[in-house]
Amino acid sequence: MDGAVPLFRMEGISKRYGGVRALEKAELSVTSGSIHAILGENGAGKSTLIKVMAGVVAPDEGRMELEGSEVTFASPAAANQAGIVCIFQELSLIPELSVADNIVISDPPKRFGLIDRQAQRRIAEAALARAGAADIHPLALVKDLPLSRRQMVEIAKALARKPRILILDEATSALAAADVAKIFGVLKRLRSEGLALLYISHRMNEIAELADQCTVFRNGRNVASYKAGSKSDNEVVELMIGREYSHIFPPKPARVPAIAAPVLEARSLSWTDRLDDVSLTVGAGEVVGLGGLDGQGQRELLLAFFGVLRGLSGQILIDGKPVAIASPAAARDDRIGMALIPEDRKTEGLMLPMTVRENLSFAALDRLSRGGIIDRSAEQRLIDDMVALLAIKTAGLDIPVGALSGGNQQKVVIAKWLMRQPRIILLNDPTRGIDVGTKQELYQLMRKLADQGAAILFYSTDYDELIGCCDRVLVLYDGAVKRELVGAEITERALIASALNIHGDDTPVKQGADA
Amino acid sequence: MKDWRYWLAEQRGTLLALGIFFVMFVIYTSNHPAGFTANVVQTASNKGVLLAFVAMAQTLVVITAGIDLSVGMIFTLTNCLASWLVIGTGIETAFGVVAVLGTGLLCGAINGAIVIYGRLQPIVATIATGAVFFGIALLLRPFPGGSVNEDLADALTGRLFGVVPASLVVLLVVVLVVWVPFSRSVLGRAAYAAGSSEMAAYMSGVPIRRGKFAAYALAGLLASIGGLFLTFFTYTGDAAYASGNTYTLFSIAAVVLGGVSLFGGKGSAIGAIFGALAFRTIGDLLFVFDFDPLWQPLFQGVILLIAVSLGAFALFRVRNRLEWFL
Repeated sequence: MDGAVPLFRMEGISKRYGGVRALEKAELSVTSGSIHAILGENGAGKSTLIKVMAGVVAPDEGRMELEGSEVTFASPAAANQAGIVCIFQELSLIPELSVADNIVISDPPKRFGLIDRQAQRRIAEAALARAGAADIHPLALVKDLPLSRRQMVEIAKALARKPRILILDEATSALAAADVAKIFGVLKRLRSEGLALLYISHRMNEIAELADQCTVFRNGRNVASYKAGSKSDNEVVELMIGREYSHIFPPKPARVPAIAAPVLEARSLSWTDRLDDVSLTVGAGEVVGLGGLDGQGQRELLLAFFGVLRGLSGQILIDGKPVAIASPAAARDDRIGMALIPEDRKTEGLMLPMTVRENLSFAALDRLSRGGIIDRSAEQRLIDDMVALLAIKTAGLDIPVGALSGGNQQKVVIAKWLMRQPRIILLNDPTRGIDVGTKQELYQLMRKLADQGAAILFYSTDYDELIGCCDRVLVLYDGAVKRELVGAEITERALIASALNIHGDDTPVKQGADA
Repeated sequence: MKDWRYWLAEQRGTLLALGIFFVMFVIYTSNHPAGFTANVVQTASNKGVLLAFVAMAQTLVVITAGIDLSVGMIFTLTNCLASWLVIGTGIETAFGVVAVLGTGLLCGAINGAIVIYGRLQPIVATIATGAVFFGIALLLRPFPGGSVNEDLADALTGRLFGVVPASLVVLLVVVLVVWVPFSRSVLGRAAYAAGSSEMAAYMSGVPIRRGKFAAYALAGLLASIGGLFLTFFTYTGDAAYASGNTYTLFSIAAVVLGGVSLFGGKGSAIGAIFGALAFRTIGDLLFVFDFDPLWQPLFQGVILLIAVSLGAFALFRVRNRLEWFL
């Protein structure tokens, strides 16, 4: 908003994590009495930006001004003190404490040095009412509330801190429609009270309804700021496109002819509110990508196949026959032959203090042992094969796997599963946080495995990879498959548009997988 | 829901422990040869408060999602120290009491500093400090002995108005002076918050470190009150390794019986007190039934197993199996 004096300004803010730059000379100015929407695809720097604003992350360089004077925040508490309050996507509530305890947690009312419970209750009731959630009892424990109610408590908690700038990071993604409408009313009222609101969302209709001003981020930079409503959805997608291509991908085979019988098939999978009627097929020799914004159910879908989720409805078919997969142990069994390369290799993929050798053979021990005794020479042969196949760089097999670089750790995770010669390989964002060279090796490997007949389901937050590696991509939104892109349809524009659930071009929309 | 229902839900663990204790105690006294007399109650409470103080100490640390394996050794160390210092004229005795309590506080503060600022795991840190505390206790009392101001000891282990056990009154005073202010202070809430979700607490700007430190330090203080009482009860100091370890392990049992979650963030010291009293009563129950004392550990263990199994039912409701491991 030109003319108005900005309440808060960021200039030249940069932040790097290791070799990855999350923000590069980013700028932003926020005005009182307005709602400012931030847009951008995965990894565009939105999250880092607000973490810097909220004092969670210290920027490498750049300056921030509040009402014209320079400020720095050493901690979230310091940012709160200055009136900047952030509602994070990952909830910041303490589950075992009551709603009222949580609302006043940062600065409880005190009397004679102790917490004044009556005053605390009054503050909590007032804040809940202001957030339009007066139906939540202040004495209820947070852990007993459903997710959507917790989000309302989170908003009440933020309001109780009397913010001047309120940041909402995907604050509505967990809410029911009725709550969203309430929250919008609340946000509009706060705007008229003179607050500055920063609104991060991937729901274009919400932004259209709420925002006064929009800023688009790409590659850690703000690329455009415009008045809300002055650009069409298509133009917005255009602004978000333009990731720098830095990877080289192996050539894809000519389109695989229609697959006779899919190896892996899902029919109407649903699970709590995270998966909604997902159907898909993956054939032998095919790399099928899962796209969409982060957290739209992709992870849960892979866990569902791998037998981790309970209370799953729908059907999973292997080679056309329905199966019940009750645990990861059942999923990796030879009859199914499934492997999952998890998202967080440090907790779900590796036992960091154990040796490279032990980690490599963990998943295949049953194949390498007879009568419970491990056949050392067979183990050694297989390990040697894998180390050679994946070119794992390690000082030795008997050093802790935690001492390897991120890329080599990921290779160990993959090798450990390849030792079982799986027919179905699920990959959960496997290239996150590893170097470009290793990424390329993984792309080659993935294609090679597919050529050998494996069925691969590949989730990536990097659209570039989906375009470069996949034969087909299913885009998820709110736990449902919103669109299927095949072959040449897989473009950055189509991926972003369907991830935002808007239809940027005129390709027909398909629900679910091919019939 | 009405307010009282929320209160009830919050106090469920405590009330359950109270219930178990009440039932056990009724069975105990009604089968006791002497019956429900002031004398029986006095003896039971003197034995019970020792574990109650140590269990209160354990509660504070467990609330922060930690564990203190040195409480029994602080208890032993302060017992030995008291057998040297809590003696003589009124002033000397008072000085001795302050010195003993100060030592307990210091021991707890050392634990806290190592765990919070040294970033060591509580279990390892307190095994090590516990060994150190016991080592000092052994130097203080290589052999059982020493003495205590018997007037004070008799007053605090005797009866008020001929009926009320004085030790119970002291326990009540300690609850009012230490536990109630702690649980209602910002530091206390920080301790709960850190135990429940340290990351969320950090993101909310809660003083996590000070809260946890206060919990460890006060745990040392409470254990030393227990040590002081042991001295009043036995008139001597004894650096007994087995006894110290037993108190540590029993304090964990009492805490669990009292509805305090070992995962942190939940429970109260009041619950742990009833847990301690119930656990003691269960142990003594066999004597009034004329069972062979050999059965005592087995019986106590079975009761404990049943009690802690109740807490595992929540796992059946988990829908994402990965949450089992969180």
